[in-house]
Amino acid sequence: MTAPAELEDLLRRLAPRVLGTLVRRRGDLDACEDAVQEALLAAALQWPEAGIPDHPVSWLLTVAGRCLTDAWRSDAARRRRETALAPPDEPVSPGPDEDSAVHRDDTLTLLFLCCHPALPPSAQLALTLRAVGGLSTRQIARALLVPDATMSQRISRAKQRVKASGSEFRMPPEHERDDRLRVVLHVFYLIFNEGYAASSGPDLLRTELTGEAIRLARELHRLLPGDGEVTGLLALMLLTEARRAARTGPGGTLVPLAEQDRRLWDREHIAEGTALLTTALSTAPIGPYQLQAAIAAVHSEAACADDTDWPQILLLYRLLEGVWPNPVVTLNHAVAVAMVRGPRAGLDHLAGLESDKAMADRHRLHAVRAHLLEMAGEHDAARAAYELAARRATGIPEQRYLVAQAARLSAGLGTAHAQRRR
Amino acid sequence: MKYLILIYSNPRSWEHPMFLHQHDDLSPEEREAATKELAALLTEIAESGELVDSAALADPINTRTVRVRDDAMTATDGPFLETKEHLAGYFVVDCDGIQRATELAARFPDARYSAVEVRPIMDMAGMEM
Repeated sequence: MTAPAELEDLLRRLAPRVLGTLVRRRGDLDACEDAVQEALLAAALQWPEAGIPDHPVSWLLTVAGRCLTDAWRSDAARRRRETALAPPDEPVSPGPDEDSAVHRDDTLTLLFLCCHPALPPSAQLALTLRAVGGLSTRQIARALLVPDATMSQRISRAKQRVKASGSEFRMPPEHERDDRLRVVLHVFYLIFNEGYAASSGPDLLRTELTGEAIRLARELHRLLPGDGEVTGLLALMLLTEARRAARTGPGGTLVPLAEQDRRLWDREHIAEGTALLTTALSTAPIGPYQLQAAIAAVHSEAACADDTDWPQILLLYRLLEGVWPNPVVTLNHAVAVAMVRGPRAGLDHLAGLESDKAMADRHRLHAVRAHLLEMAGEHDAARAAYELAARRATGIPEQRYLVAQAARLSAGLGTAHAQRRR
Repeated sequence: MKYLILIYSNPRSWEHPMFLHQHDDLSPEEREAATKELAALLTEIAESGELVDSAALADPINTRTVRVRDDAMTATDGPFLETKEHLAGYFVVDCDGIQRATELAARFPDARYSAVEVRPIMDMAGMEM
């Protein structure tokens, strides 16, 4: 007997290899995906009793191939009157075991296909979780908090769109590969954030998305060990995940970085993330994920918030804004500016964002402004900014946090900083 | 992100199907075209996996407004707000941001005759501050 958790883990690791190989041979992502799900189900039912076969990939490929042929036959029977079709003659069952180089290419090709640029991000994310992550539609629906029917539609539409785009199952040409890899990394990043933004507790399945994103990033890192950004993203996830236990208080309240109990940080994650990052920085060209990981690593080195090496963080944000300019980076950069050169300089750095319509709608801008105004001693303005941020927030834990900050200032309880020291 | 799309309407009659109620200034051809447009939109967002939930509301005449004061309940017939435009139905969509939700809202024919409101639904998200 194999423990259910172990078996599930094994099946999910094998799923993309089986699917990749099948799609390479038979072409139709949609049909192959259904067939692989059936084969996984058969394995989940049979292996606990019969034991894991000697060549699990071959076993799954054979069963999936048979499902595919059955489906093809019943489809063909329906269409026979209209068209004469030749039966598929390419053998589906592989040799004793698949060459690992083939596995590698197939999984990677499958990832590129799931993160196809013709798909909107939400569809890329769902298809990746299903086809590469090996999660069931039901699990994905529950993790992303939508009805099963909605998720089922989203995944099947995604598969249709990939098909309609005429993409073949092969690696993107060399000159496109970098851009396509960025899309894959972005999808992993979104999966991670979906899980990280969810507070602990009832949303357990949702928080497991961080673990899933890390698992996917590990797999990609195994396939592309020399890519600095893949390594950087894995490091960033590990360094961020390390803070999970400290970032929420009782009842799911948010605890900002500066006030977290650092004894709760996961040292193993930090050590692994830092080691990965060090290798990436010394061997590969620098990129946005490595820089974000480097910032997270500097935070994790400080024993307490006051020990944080802000000049180093400021330098890293300057580099990050250079290679990846966007409003969220500017926002965080402003905080680093404030920590090094004072709140006024930080507020000046925000000025450019105030006129950005898209950004003005976001609660984070107002939250950061509130924080910097408070640092500058302008408590009334800070309170007003916290109140505005709270009204703008659409996440309940964020809103609660911001309301509490505004209330603290109204009550004249002093700064969060002073409270922390007490 | 999930959004609630609220369809406001000021119809002559609350005849369903769907949300395109009878507007005085609509010719039968225009009405038919708009109905088709709406049907196509609904099919599209169901198939794309964006539609989460939807409902059409009955004529406001059927509304009951309930109040409890000092533990005593009163229920009156008719809507809470005295307005010309009423909520006629709603859609919950799960899509890639406010821009996409706004795009969808603009494609409801009611947006041309009265108005359609888009409101983010609160979630349990909490990014690190």
